[in-house]
Amino acid sequence: MEFIHAVLNYGFMQKALITAVMVGMICGVIGCFIILRGMALMGDAISHAVLPGVAISYMLGINFFIGAVITGVLTAIGIGFVSQNSRIKHDVSIGIMFTFAFAIGIILITMMKSSTDLYHILFGNVLAVRPSEMWFTLIIGVIVVGCIYLFYKELLISTFDATMSAAYGLPVRFIHYLLMTLLTMVTVASLQTVGIILVVAMLITPAATAYLLTDRLWVMLYLSALFGMLAAVGGLYFSYVYNLASGATIVVTSTVMFFLVFVFSPKQGMLMKSIRKRQQRERVRGQALNQ
Amino acid sequence: MSTAAISVEHLHVSYNGVEAIRDVSFDLGTGNLVGIIGPNGAGKSTLLKAMLHLIPRDRGEISFLGQSIKALRKQIAYVPQRSEIDWNFPITVLDTVLLGTYPTLGWFRRPGKRQRERAYSCLEQVGMADFQNRQIGELSGGQQQRVFLARALAQQPELFFLDEPFVGVDLTSEQTIIAILKEQQANGKTVVVVHHDLSKANDYFNKLLLINRELVSFGEVQDVFRPEIMSQAYRGEFSFMRELGVSI
Repeated sequence: MEFIHAVLNYGFMQKALITAVMVGMICGVIGCFIILRGMALMGDAISHAVLPGVAISYMLGINFFIGAVITGVLTAIGIGFVSQNSRIKHDVSIGIMFTFAFAIGIILITMMKSSTDLYHILFGNVLAVRPSEMWFTLIIGVIVVGCIYLFYKELLISTFDATMSAAYGLPVRFIHYLLMTLLTMVTVASLQTVGIILVVAMLITPAATAYLLTDRLWVMLYLSALFGMLAAVGGLYFSYVYNLASGATIVVTSTVMFFLVFVFSPKQGMLMKSIRKRQQRERVRGQALNQ
Repeated sequence: MSTAAISVEHLHVSYNGVEAIRDVSFDLGTGNLVGIIGPNGAGKSTLLKAMLHLIPRDRGEISFLGQSIKALRKQIAYVPQRSEIDWNFPITVLDTVLLGTYPTLGWFRRPGKRQRERAYSCLEQVGMADFQNRQIGELSGGQQQRVFLARALAQQPELFFLDEPFVGVDLTSEQTIIAILKEQQANGKTVVVVHHDLSKANDYFNKLLLINRELVSFGEVQDVFRPEIMSQAYRGEFSFMRELGVSI
C-alpha cells in the first residue's frame, strides 16, 4: 500500500505518524478526566486561549510553549475569577474569556503579517512536523503520562467526590490547576497535528467513546488512549492518500469510531438498549397472557 | 472542655454578604450521635461544611479533639448529599469503598491487598458485598447510601459527618445505616448527621442541635425535642407540620 510504503520510506511520514499517535494518546488520557469533571467546554476554552501566547512567543522569538502555557493558565484563572465573583454562570464565563483570548490571538497574528502560520496553527499540518517538534511532543507526553500515573489516585478521588477529598485534606484546587496545566501542555503539543480548532475533539471524542464501553476508570483511560491513537493512524492515512487536512481527517475518524460504539456498545449502545427494551416488553406481555 | 470531640466558637458564615450562620458556638463530647435539625434554609449543610472548612467563614474557631482541623483531617469521614455525586461515574461499588482507604495512604501509594480486604469487610458490614462489582449507578438510593457509609467506615475515622443521608433512601437501608452509626457511637466515635425528617429525630440521635441561622438549642434529645423549643426554630411552619401528623 502507498501509505505503508510512505511510512517506511519517508522521514517526514515517520515523524508525522509518531507525533500524531503520541498526541492521540495523551489527548485520550487527559480527555477522560476532562469529560468526567464536566469540563469539555473548558478544554475548548484552553485550546483557543493558547493562541495569543503562541503569537507573542513568535514575536519575542522564544519557545511558543512558554507563551502558550502562560495565556492558557491565565485564561483558566480568569474564567474562575469571573464566575466566582459575579452571578455569571461558569459556561458563560468560559464563553466570554476564551473568545476574548482567541480574538486577541488573531489580531496579534494578523499584525505579524504571515497568514500561513495562522492557518497551520488553526488547522494543523502534521506532515510538516520538524524533528524538534516531535521530540517536544514526546517530552510533553512523558510529563503528562507520568503525572497521571503518579497522581492517579488523587485525580480519581477528586474527580469523583471533590467534597470528600477536600474534607480529608486533599488540595483539590492544586489538583485542578495541575490538570489545567497538563491540559494546556497537551493542547500545545496538538497544535501541529490537529490544530487549535479541533483539539477539543481529540480531548473529548475518544474519551466519550471509552466512557460508553466500561465502568472502570483505568480501563477507560487505556481505551481512550487506544481510540486516540487509532484515530491518529486512520486520520493520517486519509490525510496522506487523499491530500486532506490532517486535523480534519483525524477528527472524522475519531467521530466514526464514536458512532460505531454509540450504536453497538454491549451495555450502553443504542442497539442493545432497544433489544433489551423489547425483550422486557415481550416478557411482561407473555406473563400477562399466562395469567 | 478542651478535649471535646468538636468545639465550635462564634462561627459566622455568609454567602455574598448575606448572613447564613450567625454566632454558633457549642462543645460536643466524644461518643455522641448528633442530629443537626432545623427548617429548610436554616443553614444545616452550611454549618456542616463550615465546620470542616469546606467553605470560607467570616469568623470562628473550630477544633476537633483539641486539635486544629489540619492535624486531624484524616480522622474525618464525610458523606456528601446524594445530589452532589455523579452516579454515572465509571466506578464500581468496591472501588468506591476503597476510596475510604485513600486518606491513610498519603500521596503516590496505591491501595493494596490489605486495603481491598478492609474495603470488602466494610461492604459486608453494610450488607452490600454481593454488589461489589456493580457500577454505582445501578444501585437503588438506599444501597448507594450504604456503599457511601461503607466508604466512611473504611477510613476508620474518629469523626463521621453525614449530610442528609436519608434522603431518597428506603426504610431497610435507613435502619441499617442508623444501626451502624449507633454502633460507632458505642465505640466512642463521634457522629454528626444533618437531618431534615423530624419524625425520627428522637429515635435516631442522643443529642440534637437545632438551628435556624443561629443556634436555637443544643443538648440531649429530650431537652431539645419539645414543642416550646422546636417552635422557636420552625415558627410558622411548625403548626402546619403538626397537622401533617408529626408527633412531638
